[in-house]
Amino acid sequence: MVEHQEILLDGMRHLVSDRAVDGETMLLNMGPQHPSTHGVLRLLLELDGEIVVNCVPDIGFLHTGIEKNMEAKNYTKAEVMSDRIDYMNPVGNNLVFCMALEKLIGLEVPPRAQAVRVILAELQRLASHLLWIGTSALDLAAMSVFLYAMREREMIMDIFELVSGARMMTTYIRPGGLWRDVPDEFVPAVRHFAEILPVRIDEYESLLTHNPLFLDRTRGIGVISTQQCIQWGITGPVLRATGLPFDLRKAQPYSGYDRYDFDIPTGPNGDINSRYTVRVGEMRQSARIIKQAVETLPGGPVRCDDRKFIPPPRSELGTSMEALIHHFKLWTEGFHAGPGATNAVIESPHGMEAVYLEGDGSTKPLRVHYRTPSFANLQIMPLLSKGHFVADLVGIIGSIDIVLGDCDR
Amino acid sequence: MDEQLQPAVAALAERFSARAEEFRGEVSITLSPETIVAACRTLRDEFGFDMLALETAVDYWPQTEPRFHVVYRLYSFSRNHFIGLRVPVSENPPRLPTVETVFPNANWHEREIWDMFGISFDDHSDLRRILMPHDWEGHPLRKDYPLGYEEVQFTFNSDEVSQHKPHPKE
Repeated sequence: MVEHQEILLDGMRHLVSDRAVDGETMLLNMGPQHPSTHGVLRLLLELDGEIVVNCVPDIGFLHTGIEKNMEAKNYTKAEVMSDRIDYMNPVGNNLVFCMALEKLIGLEVPPRAQAVRVILAELQRLASHLLWIGTSALDLAAMSVFLYAMREREMIMDIFELVSGARMMTTYIRPGGLWRDVPDEFVPAVRHFAEILPVRIDEYESLLTHNPLFLDRTRGIGVISTQQCIQWGITGPVLRATGLPFDLRKAQPYSGYDRYDFDIPTGPNGDINSRYTVRVGEMRQSARIIKQAVETLPGGPVRCDDRKFIPPPRSELGTSMEALIHHFKLWTEGFHAGPGATNAVIESPHGMEAVYLEGDGSTKPLRVHYRTPSFANLQIMPLLSKGHFVADLVGIIGSIDIVLGDCDR
Repeated sequence: MDEQLQPAVAALAERFSARAEEFRGEVSITLSPETIVAACRTLRDEFGFDMLALETAVDYWPQTEPRFHVVYRLYSFSRNHFIGLRVPVSENPPRLPTVETVFPNANWHEREIWDMFGISFDDHSDLRRILMPHDWEGHPLRKDYPLGYEEVQFTFNSDEVSQHKPHPKE
């Protein structure tokens, strides 16, 4: 005869109902090693048969102490850490950090750098959404979309490699502008990509949008209202899927987003299907922004010329004493910033991404805090999943589009 | 200062004797720990700041009074504005009331602050560690918490380093 052991819940006892302790409902551990939790997310599930009674997210498995590490490095080196936070959005992480830093030390970014930043940020949004459309369809058992989406994502990775030499952790956006100017091949490559992408999105849509199986799995599942979203600080596509056209690119334009013409797609119902509609719409809008930005790409420098913060061009090092001194000081000690605290906020592919940056006048930040959309958005998992099947839980996690690196930092 | 923020700042100054500062165009209001919940409720109900966008803390160690600042940033959808709040918290013991009753999403943000800084929040519904393992000792984002590295053993300090290295139990 099998002896039943008491389940040790430790600090989690108050999070499950008495029925679980009596054995009437079942406690099931989903993750942290589960392919459809999109990373190392653990969910403690309380199940009544196949119905989710309660869902307690347990995060922190990917906590790497990035904020602590950034405090121990000078600003230039700290930025390199930021790529690793949301590994689906390295360009955005760099951008928001640089925006906060530029505000703190008062640097102007030249127009060409602004435009390239927009192009890269939109390409990154596409890369993130492409991975999302692939994996979340895969979660709902639609295998082939993943293969097509990765094919297009690879083209974006190639463009990143072209400009920065790295596919993912680019650190291409630097305080005051960009690392260096884009190569000649950049504009044709981006133009080609923006041309073919809408056609490819039609292909994904032909596989999913009217697919009866996909509709059955997504309609009316994981519904949330606008009011709840605002209350819980939910932003990004999840909020827009409830019908509120809130996008920081429009609400508080940065990097010259106000110069481009684009719409904010919204969804009608706030369920998984609406989030799908919103993200697909966003991909089309991103392609639109990229097309405009690449056609109107201004010339000129790509980095501001303040030698106290920006290293001098290599060519001057042999001829100018000042350039040599500046170069030496910037690469050994770094530049000083603060005292003072600034904030920057952008629309990342997952929602509102904000940086709180405080400097104390030294070369290292006193505090860098990333307000990451995945951390904020994951908090509504219990709200979304109660009363649904376990199988739908997988679809719900996919539809919030969490990145655990973003969540745990 | 942006004139749209003026009424909110004036109201907080009058009712909670708060001090407003502006740095690089961002308004930040310093409040005492006792008034933070009432101030958040006022901002939400009367001035339309309906979302808690960010909540974190800063450690000013070795300064002790106050050692920490807890930083809030609220967003108003109707006015499209951010406003910052700061609450100085002294060291022994670092505690302040939770704003969870006003903004439910403060739950996780405050758990993170507790986990990383050891600042406890009164009346918080579920104050557990969130990012670090549940049996972790110490609060990593405090300035007196070392970053951690492996000490290199040379012949002259081999025994000394070996002593304070963790040894697996036999």
